[in-house]
Amino acid sequence: MYFGRVVGSVWATIKNPNMEGLRMLVIQPLTPELANTGKPLICTDYTGAGPGDLIYWVRGREASYALLPKEPATDTTVVAIVDSVHLKSSVAPESRPAAAPEPRAAAAAEPRPAAALEPPPAAAPESRPAAVPPPAKGRKPSRKANSC
Amino acid sequence: MILARVVGTVVATRKDPRLEGFKLLIVKPVSPDGKDESGYVVAVDTVSAGIRDRVITVSGSSARMADGCKDRPVDTAIIGIVDEVHLD
Repeated sequence: MYFGRVVGSVWATIKNPNMEGLRMLVIQPLTPELANTGKPLICTDYTGAGPGDLIYWVRGREASYALLPKEPATDTTVVAIVDSVHLKSSVAPESRPAAAPEPRAAAAAEPRPAAALEPPPAAAPESRPAAVPPPAKGRKPSRKANSC
Repeated sequence: MILARVVGTVVATRKDPRLEGFKLLIVKPVSPDGKDESGYVVAVDTVSAGIRDRVITVSGSSARMADGCKDRPVDTAIIGIVDEVHLD
């Protein structure tokens, strides 16, 4: 199932007989962040969605199952109108940009330690154990919170 | 389903017997605002569409759900002739 936005509708008088009576909508597929993605497509409508509505749609043979017992010849059907989307956007979008810069930052950081490799090796092991416990402490409460 | 424009026909004498009697058309996908998109598809016609008609095609196993296409080797079928597309 995919998100989409209703951007138009299609009229067709001459249709395959098993498509009679079905609304057809023009849908712009969306990402979970609700940005446009891909080309617009035509969907049969199960919901009565109107222009501008945020919906989700199914693709494939299952699309015709939404309209049982008729089983029309459709490969995309709007099956729901979305009320709200709860996406951990504070985590998802930030983690992606953060993932990309990290290798660059690491690459940029590597030359520095390389120049100063010899002096800090003793300091590094010390700093690691010091650095490890705080996150462990930080994680424990969160696990408890989750378990509660 | 996608919108497409009929741009040609296909004639095949030797073919799967289950396709006999079907009209095969070459369709080119178009966007809802009428611009051509890349690629061509050969589709089985179930609505007597003609050259230059804007049509709706259905692809994949759903194409076999069209009347007349049951249990036939069809993966793209023309299932409607478009009168009008409204974009909001």
